[in-house]
Amino acid sequence: MFSKSTHDIAASFSRRGVLAATAGLVLGLASLTGAKAADDTIKVGVLHSLSGTMAISETTLKDTILFLIDEQNKKGGVLGKKLEAVVVDPASNWPLFAEKARELITKDKVAVVFGCWTSVSRKSVLPVFKELNNILFYPVQYEGEESERNVFYTGAAPNQQAIPAVDYLMKDEKVKRWVLAGTDYVYPRTTNKILEAYLKSKGVAQEDIMINYTPFGHSDWQTIVADIKKFGSAGKKTAVVSTINGDANVPFYKELGNQGIKAKDIPVVAFSVGEEELAGIDTKPLLGHLAAWNYFQSIKSPENEKFIKAWQAYTKNPKRVTNDPMEAHVIGFDMWVKAVEKVKSTDPDKVIDALPGIEAKNLTGGTSKMLPNHHITKPVFIGEIKANGQFDVVWKTPGLVAGDAWSKELDGSKDLIGDWVGKKCGNFNTKTNKCLGSGS
Amino acid sequence: MPANLPARLCSLLLSLVLIAFALPAFAGPFEDAVAKFANDDYSDTEDAIGVVASSGNPLAFPIISALQDGRLMADPDSKKVYVTGADGKSIDAATGQPVASVPDSAAAVRLNNRLRRSVDAAIGSLTLQSPDIGTRLQAAQSVFKSHEETALEAVDGALAKETNKSVKAALGDARAAILLFKPDATEVEKLEAVATLKGRGDQEALALLTGMGDQPASVTKAAASAIGSIQSSLAVWSMVQNAWYGLSLGSVLLLAAIGLAITFGVMGVINMAHGEMVMIGAYTTFVVQEVIRTRYPGLFDYSLLIAVPLAFLVAGALGVVIERSIIRFLYGRPLETLLATWGLSLVLQQAVRTMFGPTNREVGNPSWMSGAFELGQITITYNRLWILVFTLAVFAILLAMLRYTALGLEMRAVTQNRRMAASMGIATSRVDALTFGLGSGIAGIAGVALSQIDNVSPNLGQSYIIDSFMVVVFGGVGNLWGTLVGAFTLGIANKFLEPVAGAVLGKIAILVLIILFIQKRPRGLFALKGRAVEA
Repeated sequence: MFSKSTHDIAASFSRRGVLAATAGLVLGLASLTGAKAADDTIKVGVLHSLSGTMAISETTLKDTILFLIDEQNKKGGVLGKKLEAVVVDPASNWPLFAEKARELITKDKVAVVFGCWTSVSRKSVLPVFKELNNILFYPVQYEGEESERNVFYTGAAPNQQAIPAVDYLMKDEKVKRWVLAGTDYVYPRTTNKILEAYLKSKGVAQEDIMINYTPFGHSDWQTIVADIKKFGSAGKKTAVVSTINGDANVPFYKELGNQGIKAKDIPVVAFSVGEEELAGIDTKPLLGHLAAWNYFQSIKSPENEKFIKAWQAYTKNPKRVTNDPMEAHVIGFDMWVKAVEKVKSTDPDKVIDALPGIEAKNLTGGTSKMLPNHHITKPVFIGEIKANGQFDVVWKTPGLVAGDAWSKELDGSKDLIGDWVGKKCGNFNTKTNKCLGSGS
Repeated sequence: MPANLPARLCSLLLSLVLIAFALPAFAGPFEDAVAKFANDDYSDTEDAIGVVASSGNPLAFPIISALQDGRLMADPDSKKVYVTGADGKSIDAATGQPVASVPDSAAAVRLNNRLRRSVDAAIGSLTLQSPDIGTRLQAAQSVFKSHEETALEAVDGALAKETNKSVKAALGDARAAILLFKPDATEVEKLEAVATLKGRGDQEALALLTGMGDQPASVTKAAASAIGSIQSSLAVWSMVQNAWYGLSLGSVLLLAAIGLAITFGVMGVINMAHGEMVMIGAYTTFVVQEVIRTRYPGLFDYSLLIAVPLAFLVAGALGVVIERSIIRFLYGRPLETLLATWGLSLVLQQAVRTMFGPTNREVGNPSWMSGAFELGQITITYNRLWILVFTLAVFAILLAMLRYTALGLEMRAVTQNRRMAASMGIATSRVDALTFGLGSGIAGIAGVALSQIDNVSPNLGQSYIIDSFMVVVFGGVGNLWGTLVGAFTLGIANKFLEPVAGAVLGKIAILVLIILFIQKRPRGLFALKGRAVEA
């Protein structure tokens, strides 16, 4: 979902010129040798950037998977075998993600891969996972509009984060005027398109919506904050819906604080600011600003308290924070283990078929379920930033929200569904009853 | 079941009567309201704030202000609410009796944004007659913001007694705001209110006037003309504001580029690791602040002053080491220098990532760097102002150093004509090392200032390296004044383009303009003339 600097966007995805025949051969060999390697351990691939601009967010996720594997092995592993992590470093370089994914699957013969953060890295590895038929668990909230057979999306789809957040502001804060501010790339642009359509369907006029995009790593927010201030002085309650990328957030919030915009005047609800991001910010000026996630470290539940304790013990850092994408990995890992135990095999085809319907406890006291569209059910929480860098939950959805692979707000996708159980199709058009092509 | 109905009604009536008798025996409305704080429900808390604030009870102010500061503790089990003081002493909020200790099960009453607004409004109306001028001014301003009808009486009362001029004006504004929204205010009162707000002339007045809803025709007309005049004056101010933002962005660009103006501009080394020197300066600030936080918390406001010389020394020393170990073997080979320094920048980034972790590090703003002040209708933030002052000071010192010190003279001599300088007995290799160290040190100083407005992460330098090269090349390589003019030109141009074209297109437009400019004048704004250039 995020991407952190300008030179990264310039890096474009290059297709690998591998012939289908060769691929088939490799695949055959892979499954043959895979069976042999499976004698001692089951290998789990970890595909998160440990260097480059994305290391800031992804390193924690690598540690999370290592931690989960460690815990699982203490319980005796899976199918009587120990799990073994294979960690590679795609170095925040999108084409390298595809290369490393191929290496994990063909050379290391992993049974499953947990990885990626940015949408562009996910798109880059997609063809590899399809071609070599393996499984990717993707743990980050993203813009939706995708449902692939080989990918399981454990982060939030827009209807599990953005839409409930806007609903909260509309009902509880009586917000009438909206600033949609984002970094200029695919996740904010798609999310804002969905939000704009949603707001208009709720009767918000065009003149009450201000959309603003900024470059990656934008650090001079003076003009934009002044614009927000001006936009907010039209006599209607105003809020900012921020899809601003992690790194640009610090100067943005600092500028808001310095120009005296308080959360009680113009609240900012962010979709990419979590505990990890706040760890590097002086949170005093942010007090009361909001974030929408499916998990907060501050949520009181026996599962969460146990997890935080074990995590801090594992990292030997009593202050180490937890965040939403980590929880997504916890759920995804648990689901994969359950699916493997159900079919008594790590064969990707069998596991992919077994995963929909599998349930796993999330850390906030509920049970998430893998849906036929390969997204999961999640609760949605709105948290207010507290002075200690944690969130105070001020609102939550009554139950779990099912993730929509295709947004119901956009004309192009409102008739589409992903259904890998009945229809065996990622983009099935319910109007025309046709699969648009990403079938199995 | 009709047969059952009378019986049910009876029991219902009976219980109602019982409640009616029972309640006064235990508590009045004030005590009831206070008990509501213990429900941990936002709407109950809101009700409680309203009742407590308008109760006239002397405990109202201590309770509400404790609520604002998170010192109001509520015990969900016994429904008791306590006000804890800064001195550790606590009182029962309902009775005002001191209590020995607050039970462990009590937690601070939680607030959300809606409640914070109610609390502000309540505190405002409660402190309108406070003996302290600052508190009164703040109170008047928060009443202006909330403009609730219930506060009108308190405002009128305070106005009659007020002697301070600015508080009086603020109270007048607050009164006008209330009257404008009061449905039964007379037309004359409303017209006066519009005139008062027109006189105030800022964005908040504009917000009130545009959002006032249905009004008598004369008031609507007066408001429309007031809105027009406020908008046109704000339009002029927004030009001034853009100019200020431009100066401020220019100062950041200059600060980031000034070190590069030495290493690249004067020495001709294409130094891709320049950004990492800035980053190291920022991390030095972080380390200084950490030490101060743990050992000498009282010195926090001086942390930046301590960090500046340290950052200069750390980055400067590193610069000397880099020059001695890598760059001196690569003079006159620009491509190899570019590759080597770029590799070096990656090494430095990863080293910092390994040492300090990949996540952002928190660098706090000292109190004198936080906040803003109003100048006319524009807001000037202190951190930007200080950075501008600091940048100009660094520039002046650097210029003076190059012109008036022996080292400066030697630097100029070596860069202008290396062989001649060597023949005159100048140790050129020593001067090279010191010059590179100086440029790096200044980049380190820039890091101290930039840590105040940007992330302190291993990627900090990357975001400045391109801008820095842009400024130096645009201003003219080898000319410090060119860097100064280049930075401010780019900053101001960017800030005037941004409102029109947006941040993304604005930046692209600037890059295109620079490319066109460089086509026309390849040596930048202020080209060096003479044989030295060819050397």
